[in-house]
Amino acid sequence: MSDHESTYVPKTGIERWLDERLPIIRFGVDYATIPTPRNLNYWWTFGGILALCLVIQIVTGIVLAMHYTASADHAFDSVERIMRDVNWGWAIRYVHANGASMFFLAVYIHMARGLYYGSYKAPREMIWLLGCVIFLLMMMTAFMGYVLPWGQMSFHGAVVITNLLGAIPVVGPGILTWIQGGFAVDEPTLKRFFSLHYLLPFVIFGVVFLHLWALHQSSQNNPVGVLIPKERRKQDTLPFHPYFTVKDGFALVLFLMLFSVFVFFMPNALGHADNYIPANPLQTPPHIVPEWYLLPFYAMLRGIPDKFGGVVVMFASIGLLFALPWLDTSKVRSMRFRPAMRWFFIILLVVYFFLGWCGAHLPDEPVIPGVDGPDLFDGNLNSYLWLTRFLTAYYFGYFLVITPWMGLRETPLPVPEYVSSPVLSHDEKNG
Amino acid sequence: MKLDFRKSLAAAAVMAGLALAAAPAFAARTAEEPTGPAKGVRPVSGEFTFEGPRGQFDRGQLQRGYKVYKEVCSACHSMSLVHFRDLGAPGGPFYDPKYKNPNDNPVVKALAADVQVADIDTTTGDPIKRKGTPADAFPSPFPNAIAAAASNGGATPPDQSTLAKAREGGARYIYSLLMGYREPPAGLKVGPGQHYNPWFPGDVGSYWTGKGPVPKGGFIAMAPPLADNRVTYDDHTKATVAQEAADVAAFLEWASDPHAEQRKQTGWAVMLYLAILAALTYASYRAIWKNVSH
Repeated sequence: MSDHESTYVPKTGIERWLDERLPIIRFGVDYATIPTPRNLNYWWTFGGILALCLVIQIVTGIVLAMHYTASADHAFDSVERIMRDVNWGWAIRYVHANGASMFFLAVYIHMARGLYYGSYKAPREMIWLLGCVIFLLMMMTAFMGYVLPWGQMSFHGAVVITNLLGAIPVVGPGILTWIQGGFAVDEPTLKRFFSLHYLLPFVIFGVVFLHLWALHQSSQNNPVGVLIPKERRKQDTLPFHPYFTVKDGFALVLFLMLFSVFVFFMPNALGHADNYIPANPLQTPPHIVPEWYLLPFYAMLRGIPDKFGGVVVMFASIGLLFALPWLDTSKVRSMRFRPAMRWFFIILLVVYFFLGWCGAHLPDEPVIPGVDGPDLFDGNLNSYLWLTRFLTAYYFGYFLVITPWMGLRETPLPVPEYVSSPVLSHDEKNG
Repeated sequence: MKLDFRKSLAAAAVMAGLALAAAPAFAARTAEEPTGPAKGVRPVSGEFTFEGPRGQFDRGQLQRGYKVYKEVCSACHSMSLVHFRDLGAPGGPFYDPKYKNPNDNPVVKALAADVQVADIDTTTGDPIKRKGTPADAFPSPFPNAIAAAASNGGATPPDQSTLAKAREGGARYIYSLLMGYREPPAGLKVGPGQHYNPWFPGDVGSYWTGKGPVPKGGFIAMAPPLADNRVTYDDHTKATVAQEAADVAAFLEWASDPHAEQRKQTGWAVMLYLAILAALTYASYRAIWKNVSH
């Protein structure tokens, strides 16, 4: 709502003085009163929740960095010292560690909302692209953060993931040595990961600012998915404050309750026990797994027989998200009015969940225990390897085939003209 | 999540009742046969008092567990991240509200003074041994990991500071492992210095020539460390293997997460605060949106 008129009137002399020189209060007030579609549902509260997640991670992270020692010899003990001897250190560290999981939970819901309601389509492509950049940065930050406690999973996870870069033809080995800071994951790797883990959240912060800028330039989407023309603004929007600050606030408190259950009552439930064993390069854990939020990508990586091929597929799975605004041929944004497409989307969510499930299992483990399926190429059909491949095929198929094809072939339901008339059109549809 | 939480609430209430009624009976239980893969261990039919969102450590059990650690485990295992002062800190085995500063706690001071600590003479600079103080960490039995391995058949006994949270199943796993030693099934070849334990993670497939499926478990270098009356408890509890195993498992759980009680107490206060805040925010939401159709 770039053409949203400013309603700010500076009242005091100081405010008038400041407003002429640096209209920062005007900026804040205008932002808070921005016209917001009145029909936003609770799926729209995750943007605010994510902003809070980022702030929580940055604040707890800064305090942790005051006590943490980025050195292969002392990192593990310094994290334990934070948990044992720093006042409230256990709380700060558990909030930070579980905060990463909560951040990803919220971002996945936020992204699913964008997919379902078509928030990536014109004129909002830039919001979506910047969001994808944030998602990539988040994954990098989370991965490097997981390395810092220098436990067994930290170390061997770092070995596995950095070695992926070595699979790139020609330049791979050089890049690998450059990233690791030597010929193996060691002290220099830990030090640079710490440095970047501290830096990247501020980069995320900057991209979030651009994400919001783009959001307010092209206006918010809404569950009906139609644009709100200027003349309908009175009927169809409400000022962000107080209507949506209070609604977001309520959702935020509920989210914090979930967060607190993990932090205070099961702080290690989302982690891996092996990461409380100090890193030992000479002893590889029997089963190296990333944190839950990276498991779907890890599964895709392992599903491809060729290592470099796996890396390409893994990055392509995220690259598809960037291309999505141009892969989608449908004129209708919200899947509320695309009943067939809605099913494909629900299947996509299930597929993504089970990809994560596959990532947590060894590829040659049978999916149904005790059943010996037929062999196909390099694995048994009844194995997580093949399940992963089928699911990966659907994931890619959804974006590359289903999305463009359905947009051309489906017959969407009638879309209401304005956001405040969906109830009527709904009745028409049913009647 | 909500559901899980309600379930754990109910479990906590049941558990609190159980803990009161069945606490003395608890330690008499023996480990059951592992039924699933070694990581999903639930051998104790009863519960430890510290389990669940309202669980608290049994102070007497922690003190007994410390004795088992001191007289049995610490001969081979280090616990270098735990300090004597921790024993007297809130939530610790010897916490005494009279001594806000655990360094002043006479029990802790006496326990620390029992050990000799390597230090440097402050006037001559010579290496010396001195009496421990509450500020000292638990002394390690070996100067380094290689020495520890050399004295233990090639396997370094793991440091016990984080042991309970570094093993899937935590205290239950430790209890099961300690109780789980048994004669290897016929057809299983156990190497010298190795011991079969169905709870220890591993794959014994290549040592198996018996009938039927490969037995669960693995070979562990640690010989069965506990025996009846291996320690003499100060509170006259009968020192059975099961009692010792449960006590030391509880102590190791505390050692790996010494602020667990404070964490849970804080958690309840936070949940209450957030619940009230949620109610207020919801009421505000309803009030503000009262006249808005949406």
